[in-house]
Amino acid sequence: MSKHRHNQPPSEAALRVMALESLLVDKGLIDPAALEVIIQAYETRIGPRNGAKVVARAWLDPQYKRRLLAHPAQAIGELGFGGLQGEDMVVVENTQKVHNLVVCTLCSCYPWPLLGLPPSWYKAPPYRARAVRDPRGVIKELSGLELAPEVEVRVWDSNSEVRYFVLPERPAGTEAMGEAELAALVSRDAMIGVAKVSAPR
Amino acid sequence: MNGIHDLGGMDGFGPIEYEPDEPPFHEEWEARIFAINLACRAWGKWTLDRSRHTREQLSPLEFLRDGYWERTIAPLETLLIEAGMITREELERRVEEVRFSRRS
Repeated sequence: MSKHRHNQPPSEAALRVMALESLLVDKGLIDPAALEVIIQAYETRIGPRNGAKVVARAWLDPQYKRRLLAHPAQAIGELGFGGLQGEDMVVVENTQKVHNLVVCTLCSCYPWPLLGLPPSWYKAPPYRARAVRDPRGVIKELSGLELAPEVEVRVWDSNSEVRYFVLPERPAGTEAMGEAELAALVSRDAMIGVAKVSAPR
Repeated sequence: MNGIHDLGGMDGFGPIEYEPDEPPFHEEWEARIFAINLACRAWGKWTLDRSRHTREQLSPLEFLRDGYWERTIAPLETLLIEAGMITREELERRVEEVRFSRRS
């Protein structure tokens, strides 16, 4: 988060939020300490490192992968993840033949427990508008990845009932790696489907 | 409900603005409104569908002008007012008080 800029007057948005918070606190409707706990959680604990752990486990343990694809919420629960915006999830697997891409054309639905809060570009009109019409172009624009014409691209439009999560392909050359090492390779963008995971050089 | 939020397939929005290593929040108030939203939702005074519907009431002009976090403020105010938890008058009065106290 950027620092307060004390020498500038607060924006209209900042003013309204300050006013709303102080009113709700005065009425006993919210507790400032609870707000701090929520913000801390999403700034530190709930982010794409969680999803990367799930991916690494699925790459190493075929039984875990089967459970992850069949019952995502339970399988991510095994690693201690779950909660808001992760109640009903679908995990889609990338293979040599199929590449999956996730978008929320209507708003910003996203698997919070595994990826944290979505980046601005995911919530902004250009990605939401174009991901469903030109997914290959969007992927190339964001990561430079050019998918071969024979690869089938599947686009999943998230909504407030179901969130999608991409299980990326394990890159060649990582056979000797352990779970933590593998997890470190997995980017947020690969779990949205706008990139692939590459092996370290 | 159809409307400007239903963006899938539309042309003309230009390139995707990608920020490497983007933090979850860029400004303090963005983090606050996110947390206030979650904390208020915990009262169970409205459903997720109601909340979506309220967000979709934003005018197309506001929708396209405002960023994501700006677009969450007015709908939350509306939900709180409709649920009888606050009134429009006391909220606007508080906004003016905060504005005045921050002016110097």
